[in-house]
Amino acid sequence: MKKIISLFLLLFSINAFSAGSSIEIPKYDWSWKGFFGTYDRASAQRGLKVYREVCAGCHSMNLISYRNLEALGFSEAQIKVIAADYLIQDGPNDEGDMFEREALPSDRFADPYPNIQAARAANNGALPPDLSLIVKARPKGADYIKALLLGYTEAPQEINVPEGQYYNKFMEGNLIAMPSPLSEGAVEYDDGTESTVDQMATDVTTFLAWAAEPSLEDRKRIGLKVMLFLIVLFVLAYISKQNIWRDVKY
Amino acid sequence: MSEQNKPRRDFIKLASMTLGGVGAASLAIPFITSMNPGKDTLALASTEIDLSPLKEGQSLTIIWRGKPVFIKHRTPAEIEQAKNVALADLKDAEEDSNRVQDNKWLVVLGVCTHLGCVPLGQKTTDVKGDFGGWFCPCHGSHYDTSGRIRKGPAPKNLPVPPYVFLSESKIKIG
Amino acid sequence: MSANDPQGYKKTLSSPYTGIKGWIDSRLPLIRMMEAEYLKFPVPKSLNYFWSFGGIAMFCLIGLILSGIFLGFHYKPSADDAFNSVERIMRDVNYGWLIRYLHANLVSFFFIATYIHIFRALYFGSYKAPRELVFIFGLLMFFLMMGTAFLGYTLPWGQMSYWGATVITNLFSAIPFVGDAILTVLLGDFNVGDATINRFYVLHWLLAFAILGLVIFHVITLHMTGSNNPTGSEPQSWDETLTFHPYITIKDLNATILFFILLAFVLFYYPNILGHSDNYIRANSMVTPAHIVPEWYFLPFYAILRAIPDKLGGVIAMFSSIGLLALLPWLDTSKVRSCLFRPIWRICVLLFALDFFILMYMGGKPAEGIYVIIARFGTAYWFLFLLVLAPLVGFLETPKQPLTISNYLKSKKA
Repeated sequence: MKKIISLFLLLFSINAFSAGSSIEIPKYDWSWKGFFGTYDRASAQRGLKVYREVCAGCHSMNLISYRNLEALGFSEAQIKVIAADYLIQDGPNDEGDMFEREALPSDRFADPYPNIQAARAANNGALPPDLSLIVKARPKGADYIKALLLGYTEAPQEINVPEGQYYNKFMEGNLIAMPSPLSEGAVEYDDGTESTVDQMATDVTTFLAWAAEPSLEDRKRIGLKVMLFLIVLFVLAYISKQNIWRDVKY
Repeated sequence: MSEQNKPRRDFIKLASMTLGGVGAASLAIPFITSMNPGKDTLALASTEIDLSPLKEGQSLTIIWRGKPVFIKHRTPAEIEQAKNVALADLKDAEEDSNRVQDNKWLVVLGVCTHLGCVPLGQKTTDVKGDFGGWFCPCHGSHYDTSGRIRKGPAPKNLPVPPYVFLSESKIKIG
Repeated sequence: MSANDPQGYKKTLSSPYTGIKGWIDSRLPLIRMMEAEYLKFPVPKSLNYFWSFGGIAMFCLIGLILSGIFLGFHYKPSADDAFNSVERIMRDVNYGWLIRYLHANLVSFFFIATYIHIFRALYFGSYKAPRELVFIFGLLMFFLMMGTAFLGYTLPWGQMSYWGATVITNLFSAIPFVGDAILTVLLGDFNVGDATINRFYVLHWLLAFAILGLVIFHVITLHMTGSNNPTGSEPQSWDETLTFHPYITIKDLNATILFFILLAFVLFYYPNILGHSDNYIRANSMVTPAHIVPEWYFLPFYAILRAIPDKLGGVIAMFSSIGLLALLPWLDTSKVRSCLFRPIWRICVLLFALDFFILMYMGGKPAEGIYVIIARFGTAYWFLFLLVLAPLVGFLETPKQPLTISNYLKSKKA
């Protein structure tokens, strides 16, 4: 019987659900990995700056509200200032017109384009995906996003890269419609960190990871309590069982 | 032998059931709290209003937590009128000074305390009732320049929502 | 009026209890029923932990219904709002992320418990007379489980939700003559869309509670016969039984807690590991994902579906893989129940289990090349097992003499 159980466990541990590609994605160290991981606040704040200055021109993040940034350590006042930088459409007013106003903390991140068609028209027919969930929406998650950002190289001789496409080592099919977004020193960090391409890729990926899964820290914290509780409960239940079954005669 | 073990067995039983109970209660908490308003609802729970465009005698209606709020820039005459009322004449006795933080600004919920209609009186062309404030057309309640019920079936004064002055010309409701 | 019915037309209230307990019990005999069925109920002494998985499955079902209800307070079943409402649950609803992850992962664990539970039935012959109806109600619940899980998975309206729904509902068009009409009635539109998700939401609730209802029949039919046990031999005396309470209640509680420790581990540290990243992409009717894969618990049946080159043939094979299982009590001709005493059948059953995993692996791979060849062999063995091996092995093998419960327990103690 034990053999059957161990056979099951062995077979079950085979990852049966991957119909994955053959491209090897590098593994990076992330601050939120592991049982006690947390989001590096400083990195995420820098990542927000990268998003605002580099990515937000094409990529929306319409599931995030400005008020969510409080979780990254921004104060209410700072959030009001960030939000006020963006205009969003509101209305109709009493005259029946739509109008633009400054964003409030309660608003969602402003969309760079008014609709999908405008986004496609501005990007050679390609739709820049919304980034709110991008880290959870790709098989290797944060590793993939960072690798992709760093994965732009010269195409090998035999590959023909059509107009409007770019060669990327880690994109499925190796061709991507987005040109390399990061260049050395593209963003000036407020905390003085040197903005190398690697640094910016790490920071924006950290920010995007938080955006996709803001509840991660709560989840791991509660998880620890629940696991400890269940283990203690199991010990008690086990002792109870041994106690109750002691009388059973075979 | 089982008799000797009985106290130990009882203790284990008690400990397990207590821990189990704690577990069950702890499990219930997230489920029940999930029914409370979400963070997006709470984010809209307070509204900031800029008072500077409101001239003397003018009134503004804003929506706060789904309900209308009347903000009135009272004239000196209206303030005088509100202060010179004997408490004995009021169905729901309240001093005007207890209902305002700054005499110039009256902030009240625009919901009649009778059965919930929105009283008239915000626009200069509106009927204002016999006491210069608001008049509820549904069943004829009259409110004065402090939003207090003076005549009609409504039992209470127009409620004053919680608000603070962020500056001379800006208030935050809720 | 007859000797068997001394009261005749005159009904008198009676109860073994006194006081308030007696008052209630004489009018609604639940207390004496609970005592008979869940406290004093005799259970073979030789049960192993495989027998705990039915109870574990029931706790999973209760957890799913509770978490489902609380999700339902916030979820919006329309094509425009569904994805956003789920993200609202994850981000804005207090503990919404916990309830959502609990619901999604409980489905996987419900299937794990159920598959182990079914394996127990196959290995120890729990499906054989007189427990045929227990087995059949179980398979009915399994069908409903798969329906409920399929419907539930469409609700987040991610890419996999949409395209999985499209692929699977298209199977209905394989039915000759009426297929397309059935498909349109099911979808409420020409494609999977707003009409579909709304009704799938209702059907999801309906099927979930239908499973809950069938649990009652499953347990009633089980309690008419009593539980099977590893020996397959019925208890011969009170000595070979234990009362359900406290022996089985505490044993099942242990197994359940351990099971939920595993669930908690996945839920709190790897909540998305059993899912598909593609389902975090909003559904897009214009873009098909490169690999449409159902959730892991469907993979063996997906493999069978794709193994048959003909569309209708694949559908028939997929449904009959479980439908024929329901005939196992009659297809299996052996007089001996438990694989412990059936050396040849034991190998067949273990191979069947291995086949299940192999098909699961193949179901996750593209339907081409070596994968589809292995899937075909796997499908062939599945039907061979049911239609050929079950009757033949029962007839041809020489089983060992089954031990009584007492002798089995003595031999284990040694």
